[in-house]
Amino acid sequence: MISLGALGGALEQGLVYAVMALGVYLTFRVLNFPDLTVDGSFPLGAAVAAKLICSGVDPVLATAVAPVLGFVAGATTGVLNTKLKISGLLAGILTMTALYSVNLRVMGRANIPLLRSPTILTTLRGLGIPGSIAALLLFLSCAVAIKLVLDAFLRTEFGLALRATGDNEVMIRSLGVNTDSMKIVGLGLSNALVALSGAMVAQYQGFADIGMGIGMVVAGLASVIIGGAIFAPTSIGLATFGAVAGSVVYRFAVFFALRLGFAPTDLKIVTAALVVIALSGPAIRRASLGMERRRAAGHGKAEASSENVLARNH
Amino acid sequence: MVKLRHLRKTFLPGTTSGRMALCDVSLDLAAGDFVTIIGSNGAGKSTLLNAVAGVFPVDEGTIIIDGQDVTALPEHGRAPVIGRVFQDPMQGTAGSMSIEENLAMAARRGERRRLARGVAQKDRKAFRDYLALLGLGLENRLADPVRLLSGGQRQALALLMATIKKPKLLLLDEHAAALDPRTAQDILALTDRLVKRHGLTVMMVTHNLRHALAFGNRTVMMHEGEIVLDVGGPERSGMTVADLLERFHATRGERLADDRILLEV
Ligand SMILES: Nc1ncnc2c1ncn2[C@@H]1O[C@H](COP(=O)(O)OP(=O)(O)O)[C@@H](O)[C@H]1O
Ligand SMILES: [Mg+2]
Repeated sequence: MISLGALGGALEQGLVYAVMALGVYLTFRVLNFPDLTVDGSFPLGAAVAAKLICSGVDPVLATAVAPVLGFVAGATTGVLNTKLKISGLLAGILTMTALYSVNLRVMGRANIPLLRSPTILTTLRGLGIPGSIAALLLFLSCAVAIKLVLDAFLRTEFGLALRATGDNEVMIRSLGVNTDSMKIVGLGLSNALVALSGAMVAQYQGFADIGMGIGMVVAGLASVIIGGAIFAPTSIGLATFGAVAGSVVYRFAVFFALRLGFAPTDLKIVTAALVVIALSGPAIRRASLGMERRRAAGHGKAEASSENVLARNH
Repeated sequence: MVKLRHLRKTFLPGTTSGRMALCDVSLDLAAGDFVTIIGSNGAGKSTLLNAVAGVFPVDEGTIIIDGQDVTALPEHGRAPVIGRVFQDPMQGTAGSMSIEENLAMAARRGERRRLARGVAQKDRKAFRDYLALLGLGLENRLADPVRLLSGGQRQALALLMATIKKPKLLLLDEHAAALDPRTAQDILALTDRLVKRHGLTVMMVTHNLRHALAFGNRTVMMHEGEIVLDVGGPERSGMTVADLLERFHATRGERLADDRILLEV
């Protein structure tokens, strides 16, 4: 029997990690930038929040500081890439690696327990919200609010320029947008969300750990891909909804994989395999389509494709 | 309106393959001038337009547009005064974004991007009217992603985008060359219409000598990074493609090996 509580836990996790997935969506999908900073900025958010809480800072304030530092981390990757001309992948890896040291410095050790400390969840309980639904309520409203703000942001003048930077850099530069700045800000915002998610996860699970960011990019990517596959996003609103829902579905998949007897340490290879399958789908389809075409051509059935004809109805 | 003075550009200087793509190019355009630019492959036509647009800095020379020295400005800094259409229809539009979003971005060319709504309701009315100029029915497809459009439709949209906010200078680099002949003809006719409507100053590269004479009021020929011919006025009005080639040979005192490229009519 699967308890309702366990399922609720998977839902809570899905929602709290959804904030991270939205950040990954912003870089991978909107900016078209494979950003690996995430594996470092997620524990950065956790480390900062945990350290501040342990030093007696109010948990809400401590949580709010995390995205600021996440922004700085993402912007650093952006500067490495745009100003110092380091490839996007390598720039992310460099920041992520550097953040490992930063995170250890911040925490002072590899693990900070928060079980007996005040957290945003105990703050909510203090406001009279029952502990059993506090996490669900907080993470749900957080994920939904951030999704809606992100949707609105991506439809502003600035948001359009950001999306165009990921779609067609030559064009948007010719329209007067500094694409370097766009990438720096976009990476900053993405990692702000990731760090915020990290801060909340630490308080939710009751500890911050130096290793909690390992595989985070791939998990975020898996969420975005699952969401895209389920909802075939035709609009920004659907795409961000897909990222949130994808995160929830992913955590449920993890939950059931564990129940099936997978060791927790094996989940990363399962997730990686999932992402490989999803990403290679189009290539495999193209390859098999090409094979069919060649076969058809062999039978003289190939048709010339006529594209790019401007309708002449004027 | 446009003053190009002694422009020089060498790609990969110091290497054996380094050669001067622009050597001492000077050109003045009066307001409303529509200059067509011809020349064999590698003559430096694209390099000239890219230098004016600020894609790369020039080694020497000054570029003045509408009284403003833009020589030191980066590409995005010159956008307030320059509109561009590229050869590849994919390059002038963002495929994943809608027609109205593309137009909205173009309508803010060179402006600071704010956190205001990207496409306002009052914009839509103006976009619809403007798109109706094309006669392609795009005015009823404002929310469609641009990737659904054909190459010709995308290029027509790119032209609208380059001119929706009147530029001081419009740069067209073989913008009809990637299209089939009929579509290319449509795009050129549209270009002419928009240029006249807004009274634009234009530099248009073409490899088609007939088009070079049929459009605009002035024709410039480039060869090995230099301007070797510059005709306008009555002299140009009576010119045929054959005359143009003749003038080219007379100026250079040599025959081009690649007449075929120039002669594509
Ligand atoms: N980005 C570049 N890097 C190196 N060489 C270039 C570059 N762009 C153009 N060139 C060279 O400059 C010369 C002029 O090219 P271009 O302006 O593209 O000619 P076209 O008149 O055909 O448009 C050519 O020799 C070309 O190889
Ligand atoms: Mg060229």
